Amino acid sequence: MKSISVQHLTKRFGSFVAVDNITFDVNPGEIFGFLGANGAGKTTAMRMLCGLSMPSSGEATVAGFDLYKEAEKIKRSIGYMSQKFSLYEDLTIRENIRLYGGIYGLSIPTIKTKTDQLVTALKLEDKANTLVRSLPLGWRQKLAFSVAMIHDPKIVFLDEPTGGVDPITRREFWTMIFEAASRGTTVFVTTHYMDEAEYCNRVSIMVDGGIEAMGTPEELKKKYTSNSIAEMFLQLARKAKRSDD
Amino acid sequence: MKQFLFFVKKEFYHLIRDRQTFFILLGIPVVLILIFGFALTNEVKNSRIAVLDLAKDASSRAIIDRFEASRYFDIQQYLQSNDELEPAFKSGKIRLAVVFPSNFEHELLHGQSATIQLIGDASDPNVSSTLINYATAVIMDYQSSLRDAGEIPLRINTEMRMLYNPQLKGSYNFVPGVMALVLMLVCAMMTSISIVREKEIGTMEVILVSPIRPLSMVFAKMIPYFLLSVVNVISILLLSVFVLDVPIQGNLVLLILECMLFIIASLALGLLISSVSTSQQVAMLFSLMGLMVPTIMLSGFMFPIENMPAPLRFLSNVVPARWFYSTVISVMIKGLDFNYVWKETLILSGMAFFFMAVSIKNFKTRLE
Repeated sequence: MKSISVQHLTKRFGSFVAVDNITFDVNPGEIFGFLGANGAGKTTAMRMLCGLSMPSSGEATVAGFDLYKEAEKIKRSIGYMSQKFSLYEDLTIRENIRLYGGIYGLSIPTIKTKTDQLVTALKLEDKANTLVRSLPLGWRQKLAFSVAMIHDPKIVFLDEPTGGVDPITRREFWTMIFEAASRGTTVFVTTHYMDEAEYCNRVSIMVDGGIEAMGTPEELKKKYTSNSIAEMFLQLARKAKRSDD
Repeated sequence: MKQFLFFVKKEFYHLIRDRQTFFILLGIPVVLILIFGFALTNEVKNSRIAVLDLAKDASSRAIIDRFEASRYFDIQQYLQSNDELEPAFKSGKIRLAVVFPSNFEHELLHGQSATIQLIGDASDPNVSSTLINYATAVIMDYQSSLRDAGEIPLRINTEMRMLYNPQLKGSYNFVPGVMALVLMLVCAMMTSISIVREKEIGTMEVILVSPIRPLSMVFAKMIPYFLLSVVNVISILLLSVFVLDVPIQGNLVLLILECMLFIIASLALGLLISSVSTSQQVAMLFSLMGLMVPTIMLSGFMFPIENMPAPLRFLSNVVPARWFYSTVISVMIKGLDFNYVWKETLILSGMAFFFMAVSIKNFKTRLE
């Protein structure tokens, strides 16, 4: 069974077609990179799959559940890390973890063990009771990712998780993504760092709301005779008529 | 339910960690009550008055002595003729003039009834009527001391004249007004801002993706503000009873229940504002312009409703504070029971229910 299956999904805002008839599948345990320039429609597509936005037309299943009819079941099976920072800055690390554990209905003992595990894994033991506000951005993003994974979701959606983060932390962040994938979690990640695209099992490249290319990084490089994903991305993205928004 | 409690806890953290705002919210009612309260009482203590004693006899002297002894009055001038009255008022040096007619003692002892004229500067009607009342009390006190002395009953009539504003329109009781203002501010504005803040910082997105019902998060937000508002009500009542000597005439339980009803209506308004605002600034502007201004202007707190032009009078009907204000006046100041405020209570409940229903219906569970 596919982890995510999308057929002819479209989203219109008035006369503007943000996502234009996209079709793709994501396999369980896969790291699926969703690439595209700003305004290409990545975030809109992802929001539809998370239930944040209603598609205009098309079909989709997420974790085996129908996007329209089983939205509540989908919500229980996915984790989501928004482009904006999604933790509460005036809560401590421990309080944030506890809150999100509570939101996902984990029992209090589970939340306790999870919190300890998570804090240890992030090496934040001595900072567990400090406000998130005082953490550097890279740490916050790693914490936000761990929190999005707190209920062991089948699929985790990451919307530009490494934006503005230094290269070393990005590297560490991707290590966390690999670990999650190796435990069987499907990772659906948008990014515009092309080096990160090379880490994905498969990537799709969106241009002007449609999927322009899809495949493993190796396949794509061969197909477009480029040395890197970055090079081929520029090739495709130059065709875009839509301006940056 | 457990999820709900997690949220309530989180909201308490938000409220308490933002120390500055927290203390401002707790301090506002205290400051407002003290400002309003002492602006009133300071004026009445040691008020400057003038005496025009045309009689210059033992009785008038005795009464003047009582005025001098009173801590409410400070005799500033002894006038010699009626012509000096007007300039004395115009100069602003005095707020009240006490005039003894030339034949005061003669009329008092032989006619058994004499008149003292009290002339107040009613450009500030509250102060002036308070002063006249105090002055009357001073005179009555003298009168009853004459009676106690066993002499035949004598009557001193006081004749009042209110200068500049003879009807004394605009006298108000500020405690209920401050209550309406503070509750509106804390409940509606703070709730709407804190919900919109979640939209702004992006946490709302994460909540919407999660299986929790977004409305339970919103209701969780209301609880700390509800409690904070109840604390504010209690501090306003304590201050007004013990510091300002404004007693609670009616049933305290009824009064607090009515306050809670108004708090709920205000919270619902805050929720409504948050559902139409996109940023914290917009929410604040909506609350200030859409709620605070009508609460001040149209509730009857600053300007009596019966004096308003018909369109504004009509408009005041949709201002929740108007109904709350008259309820508190009735229960707290006049000491009336529920039979006299059921109409206001019903209207407020209806409003609370309506705002709640509309905002729940409007609450977006998806982003655009």
